[in-house]
Amino acid sequence: MAIEVRIPTILRSYTGGAKIVEGAGDSLTALIDDLDAKHNGLKGRLITPEGGLHKFVNIYVNDEDVRFLGALDAKLSDGDSITILPAVAGGALGFVAAAALLGR
Amino acid sequence: MARYESLLDACGGTPLVGLPRLSPTVPEGAPPVRLWAKLEDRNPTGSIKDRAALFMVREAEESGHLRPGDTILEPTSGNTGIALAMVAKLRGYRLVCVMPENVSAERIQLLRMYGAEIIFSPAAGGSNQAVATAKQIAAEHPDWKMLFQYGNPANARAHYETTGPELLHDLPTITHFVAGLGTTGTLMGTGRFLKEKVDGIQIVAAEPRYGELVYGLRNIDEGYVPELYDASVLDRRFSVGTRDAVLRTRQLVEVEGIFAGFSSGAILHAALAVAHDAVKAGRRADVAFVVCDGGWKYLSTGAYGGTLNDAEEALEGQLWA
Repeated sequence: MAIEVRIPTILRSYTGGAKIVEGAGDSLTALIDDLDAKHNGLKGRLITPEGGLHKFVNIYVNDEDVRFLGALDAKLSDGDSITILPAVAGGALGFVAAAALLGR
Repeated sequence: MARYESLLDACGGTPLVGLPRLSPTVPEGAPPVRLWAKLEDRNPTGSIKDRAALFMVREAEESGHLRPGDTILEPTSGNTGIALAMVAKLRGYRLVCVMPENVSAERIQLLRMYGAEIIFSPAAGGSNQAVATAKQIAAEHPDWKMLFQYGNPANARAHYETTGPELLHDLPTITHFVAGLGTTGTLMGTGRFLKEKVDGIQIVAAEPRYGELVYGLRNIDEGYVPELYDASVLDRRFSVGTRDAVLRTRQLVEVEGIFAGFSSGAILHAALAVAHDAVKAGRRADVAFVVCDGGWKYLSTGAYGGTLNDAEEALEGQLWA
């Protein structure tokens, strides 16, 4: 079963620079385990030591946020397309500046 | 009502228009699935941000955070700055905007026209340089006041008190509300109001997925989720890429005559997804979505003409929502 996974620039050091990799699994957990077996260390960047999805990582299944589809338990099927992205607010840079100004 | 004491009083009360041509067709005998656009470009400075700007300034005045003659400092990539510039002008404040240098030329011209001063943070330097720029400004001007739209409850309250009630009044049969996810103010405020009043309503977020240049080497450990964000208000959240946003923005004007910015196209894309799901499930749906602003400020991108590939290329590296 092949699932296409888009890797953000910051995590491509784990995939040998590959932008898109293939994985398998019938749930997000299974997929991430499969990816980690091929790209050692990737799991640690996506999942916290407590076993949850990292707060600043967004994962989308066919463009939908996986947190609203069961998070790590989300069911996956052959042909699904997964996108991993760092969490940023709209406007992308203004918020960082704002947060810095307020010391957050 | 069509007469107001001043421009500030003319904020909100925007039209909700049906989209009979873009709404999906349903099989004969099946319940209707209809799309409705809330035209927020009909606000005083042409965007939904007028609502938040007005509420944030008003509440800051009431709490004493803002005093006459104060300087307001706001990091913004555009519409909030333009809205704040207008409110600041009419209420007697000076506005300084910090914005990334890769926003459209029209936005910069508009801000300057409204009297705002602009400090650019380098686009290429990413968040680290924006932080550095911001810290430097703050150190030099400790007396400047920030409204911080990402964490200011008045931002969400504007929508709880105006956008939400307007939608319920104009569309009591509403089943879905779809809006853009940036500061999250629109979705949190409108979403909370509608969830209190309408059983089973679905609140749906559409967030822009920019080209790679924007995300760049953003470090996952330095991510950011706005303080206003509360995931429990949302039912679904879509990530919409540049190509889909452009495609839908063009359909809006070509099919329904609504000339909107690209963030509205992204929102329409998510609205169509939930509408088609309703058709598949054979359920009635009245899907209301937000048209955040008109397309005027984005014409210089060139993304309204040519092929979708050209448009995608033109918007690469740009903050189009």
